[in-house]
Amino acid sequence: MSAIPPPSNPILFLSACEIAAGLKLGDFSAREVNEAFLARIQAVDGEVGAFLQIDREDILSAADAADERRRAGEARSAFDGIPVGMKDVIAVKGQPLTCASRMLANFVAPYDATVTTRLRAAGLIPAGRLNMDEFAMGSSTENSALGKTRNPVDLSRAPGGSSGGSAAAVAAHEMPWTLGSDTGGSIRQPAAFCGVVGLKPTYGRVSRYGLVAYASSLDQIGPMGRTVDDVAALLDLLAGPDPKDSTSWPDPPPVFSRDLGEAPTRPWRIGLPKECFGEGLDPDVRAAVDQAIATLTAQGCEIVDVSLPHSELAIPVYYVIATAEASANLARYDGVRYGHRAADVSDAIDLYFKSRGEGFGPEVKRRVLLGAYVLSSGYKDAYYIRAQKVRSLIRKDFTDAFSTVDALLTPTTPTPAFPLGEKTSDPLAMYLADIYTIAANLAGLPAISVPGKPTPAGLPTGLQLLAPHWEEHRLLRIARLLA
Amino acid sequence: MPDPTHIDIDYVARLARISLTPEEKETYAHQLHDVLVYFERLGSVDVEGVEPSAHPVERVNALRADEPGPAFSPEEALANAPARRAQQIVVPKVVEEA
Repeated sequence: MSAIPPPSNPILFLSACEIAAGLKLGDFSAREVNEAFLARIQAVDGEVGAFLQIDREDILSAADAADERRRAGEARSAFDGIPVGMKDVIAVKGQPLTCASRMLANFVAPYDATVTTRLRAAGLIPAGRLNMDEFAMGSSTENSALGKTRNPVDLSRAPGGSSGGSAAAVAAHEMPWTLGSDTGGSIRQPAAFCGVVGLKPTYGRVSRYGLVAYASSLDQIGPMGRTVDDVAALLDLLAGPDPKDSTSWPDPPPVFSRDLGEAPTRPWRIGLPKECFGEGLDPDVRAAVDQAIATLTAQGCEIVDVSLPHSELAIPVYYVIATAEASANLARYDGVRYGHRAADVSDAIDLYFKSRGEGFGPEVKRRVLLGAYVLSSGYKDAYYIRAQKVRSLIRKDFTDAFSTVDALLTPTTPTPAFPLGEKTSDPLAMYLADIYTIAANLAGLPAISVPGKPTPAGLPTGLQLLAPHWEEHRLLRIARLLA
Repeated sequence: MPDPTHIDIDYVARLARISLTPEEKETYAHQLHDVLVYFERLGSVDVEGVEPSAHPVERVNALRADEPGPAFSPEEALANAPARRAQQIVVPKVVEEA
């Protein structure tokens, strides 16, 4: 097993909250912090491949501006001057926005996503473009058309996906924290594979404005970091209603980073869905969950068995709904207004066909074709409408479970990180990598992955916690017990 | 559930407006078939009387105030256009010869 060497600069071991404390005390400047991360990227990203692009001068001038504000007593927040890596699906004005696709290889974002605007308002520096599966479709980042990302813990293995660059950058100490997006597990699964923390908020908690759409009823932006406290602090900066996203929730969010260590008024009741512990679960991952159960029990939690009877249908439901929504969302890439345009076309229709045939990679084509099929005349009721009905049953399973427990604990993934290339020729095998994460998206629930006990070979494992809608704070409090 | 044994890949590619090579057609027809067979398990559950969920959380008629705000200049709007002339996007001819 070949891992990248640990960093030598002590700044790179600090959590974002610790960096914020150091900046306040004057232990180091924002320039020193950003120079440290840029040097680390320079040293290891040739092997890790987390970044598609990074603008060094831009980052350093933003860091200098943050130092200037802090000196003048005008820091925008405790995190002013700290960089945050951005998955290449979130718009940062003036920077590339490629979605790791040839279709958008030359696209430059004309505006900031709402999350970008919020980060800037707090003085954070959107730093670099992180690799991903093309249009966020995949579970290993191997569907990127623009670069290869390796797992920093074992360079022969996949970092997971689709937010593989976001997870790898944190694991490799190339960034203190990053943003990912999660449609079926794309934050939590790579977090589990790389040994970092990743949170998918409740659907509607974080604005999707400026997030390139894959499956609009499932997509959420979320934070990734090395500690639960960092992820909570980053969520504080991201969350809240946005008039530019009609699906953003109108209620103001609580302060997620406050009172995370507070004991509950009565012991937490944690449910173990029996369907998540059956066939296909790697014994080393099972052992990590068993240890987590012991840890929670030792801290006074009550562990009970629950059932989610329709969970085995989550993957087929997801692949009907997600591909249907994708086929509609990706219809906009027609070679006319932006994106790749084929040369040598006979007419406008030919332009659409050829531009899409050349611009989309294999998995994107597969999903757009599948989505077009399940929505087509004669099949829509059998596939799409039926899947939406089963989605209601899956949602009800969770409502029933949460009537007796505060949260659910499952493995994040059935196995640790798999070798690069192992699943690329078998789409169904790749889809099964998301078997435990997909249901949270279908039901819109908040879910977090935190590192569990590594396997005897030293590979990371992931523990997933799920909570009812809008209960991210509870999720973070329980997750902290496992850290 | 419909019988997925015969997928007209040309028809599906036409719906999706994607040109495919003969090799791609063969690969995707095969892979879509496998996935559609996998989807058959959706038929195993009774959904009689169940309402479909289009969204994971209940929220209807979310409208923002209809007020003018900042908008792109023509230059910004056209910055990513693959071909342009003056303040317009150039496209292939879309009308038939008379």
